[in-house]
Amino acid sequence: MEAVLDTARVNRTGLAGVFASVVQRDLLLAVRRRADVLTSFFFFIIVVSLFPLGVGPEPNTLREIAPGVVWVAALLASMLALQRLLAGDYADGTLEQLVLSAQPLTLLVLGKILAHWLVTGIPLVLIAPLLGLQFGLPGDALAVMTLGLLLGTPVLSMLGAIGAALTLGVRGAGGLVALLVLPLYIPVLIFGAGAVSAAMSGQSVEGHMSLLAAFLLFSVVIAPWATAAAIRIAVE
Amino acid sequence: MLQGVDLACVRGQRRLFGELNFCVAPGEALWVSGPNGSGKTSLLRMLCTLLAPEAGEVRWRGKSVRELGEVYLAELAYLGHAAAVKDDLSGLENLRFALAQDGLRVPEAALADALGRFGLSEREDLPTRVLSQGQRRRVSLARLLFCSERPLWILDEPLTALDVQAIDLVRTLIATHLGRGCVVVLTSHQEVDLSGVKVQNLRMVG
Amino acid sequence: MALNLWRFASPQVIYPIAGRMAPMFMAAALVLALAGLYIGFFVAPTDFQQGESYRIIFIHVPAAWMSMIIYLAMAFWCAVGMIMNTRLSFMMALALAPTGALMTFIALWTGALWGKPTWGAWWVWDARLTSELILLFLYIGFMSLHAAIDEVRRADRAAGLLALVGVVNVPIIYFSVQWWNTLHQGASVSLTRAPSMATTMLTGMLVMALAAWMYSIAASLMRLRAIILEREADADWVREQIAPGLRGART
Repeated sequence: MEAVLDTARVNRTGLAGVFASVVQRDLLLAVRRRADVLTSFFFFIIVVSLFPLGVGPEPNTLREIAPGVVWVAALLASMLALQRLLAGDYADGTLEQLVLSAQPLTLLVLGKILAHWLVTGIPLVLIAPLLGLQFGLPGDALAVMTLGLLLGTPVLSMLGAIGAALTLGVRGAGGLVALLVLPLYIPVLIFGAGAVSAAMSGQSVEGHMSLLAAFLLFSVVIAPWATAAAIRIAVE
Repeated sequence: MLQGVDLACVRGQRRLFGELNFCVAPGEALWVSGPNGSGKTSLLRMLCTLLAPEAGEVRWRGKSVRELGEVYLAELAYLGHAAAVKDDLSGLENLRFALAQDGLRVPEAALADALGRFGLSEREDLPTRVLSQGQRRRVSLARLLFCSERPLWILDEPLTALDVQAIDLVRTLIATHLGRGCVVVLTSHQEVDLSGVKVQNLRMVG
Repeated sequence: MALNLWRFASPQVIYPIAGRMAPMFMAAALVLALAGLYIGFFVAPTDFQQGESYRIIFIHVPAAWMSMIIYLAMAFWCAVGMIMNTRLSFMMALALAPTGALMTFIALWTGALWGKPTWGAWWVWDARLTSELILLFLYIGFMSLHAAIDEVRRADRAAGLLALVGVVNVPIIYFSVQWWNTLHQGASVSLTRAPSMATTMLTGMLVMALAAWMYSIAASLMRLRAIILEREADADWVREQIAPGLRGART
């Protein structure tokens, strides 16, 4: 019997093709499991909404705590979403197939993180201005917050991926990821929230933004590589 | 072509095997058998470089697989214990993405044909979540139809939950692949009739 | 010479050496601690601003220094273990972690004790204390990750990778927190700048720092011995250690 079918029309794709297929697959899976994806999104909204209830509706207080509240909620929501990144693939065996690919695992992992961020990070960036309005933030502060989250949420996804990879298949992974990853998030939090506060008091946010951009660059270089290393350790 | 030199494996505190040596020539199959927990899966994962040996090395075409790196990975196809199939994707989609990861873009008709050969024509569009264990394994096996250019196949319990027809199909696939001068390493609890084919038996003592 | 060094990568070789060295370091720590505390509490002059309460600095600062040095040492051994694939390196890192966490905890606690009379609050969110808190989380994370993974080799390497990621991030975190709040007394002991404290105070802190260092080495070596026994439990030499003469009786 024929063991290969129609070889004439089989195309070979290089790294770009494999990368694209990894991103595509994860996006397709996210679409199929919309509920999963929306959980962290609604978590974000709920957590932000809890603060006025806990702190009181006084507008000045709310305006002051808004940057910190929104950013901390974004951190927590990003962390919650990490469960979706690798655990499923680890459980059904698709992750080790990724490791066995002839293409560099670092880049494939970057593809997965990209798809993950598109699905979990971008919604946060889009809804944050609305939540900021609820806290009475002025226009330019909202803009700074949105830009900050746009730069910061990919960093959260990337650093979080390291934590997710280190805790694959481990008991109590959820809580452990929080412990491992939240300290790493702190610089992003400080400068992200700091930028919004600075904008509100009329100061320049250039420094904050450049630092956030620097963190982004740094994590793009380091995080996928560290995540790939952690995946290899886990997959043994 | 494929050589294991003084391989040793330690899992946890237990030494699963040590000083394991074997040599598989082109056109030969290596059938790894042994009781549960004797290290069959660990050995196969070592051959794939998923697991690093405690001692010794694996050689492909005379060179250490560590050195070969992705060159080696491009020449091997591994089917593990788990079916490596996403529940939320259909059989067709699973196959398409698995092959895309291998670096192949295959026309839909060929994918459907492949699944058809494994008796999955009616179910190719259903999410694999609803398929039986045997059917899911068949989805992952369908990938082998496109792996003829990968000279090393490493199959961990490929026949689990398969019916007679499917087992026969897999047998034919393996035999054809060996006929091309390739190498197949497999473990199986079931008796596989590989008559007409050179088979080396590696019995793990455990 | 190179061949000789590899001998020391064997747990069996290090075990007795650590056993002989630990008491010596502990004795040194005790002597230095007594000297340091004497200087700190009796010899050093009263600070004109903070009175007597500042003397807690003789414990706080050395502990803080050690907490950071130990983290670096831990990360170093993890790196060695991952590159050279030596079991003993990972065991050393694991032995260092609890001592490092202890130092961090002491730094935090004494920081609070210092804060109360000085700033009127048990806790202040200044750069150094906050960084110490985060460092404590990093230590706990390391130990928790290692404890959570059953398979020892995987645990070693996963925790090792975490330590390395941490060590890269610690300066970034420190810088960020520093920027965020510059309330804390700026680094008043520096090898390059002229110290802004009386020489006796400086001497006292350095002596205490040395004491803390000796203690850390002693404690880590003792812990290392325990880890070695635990991990190599199946080896003959360990059985000899625990139950001499029972070598033949294997269950």
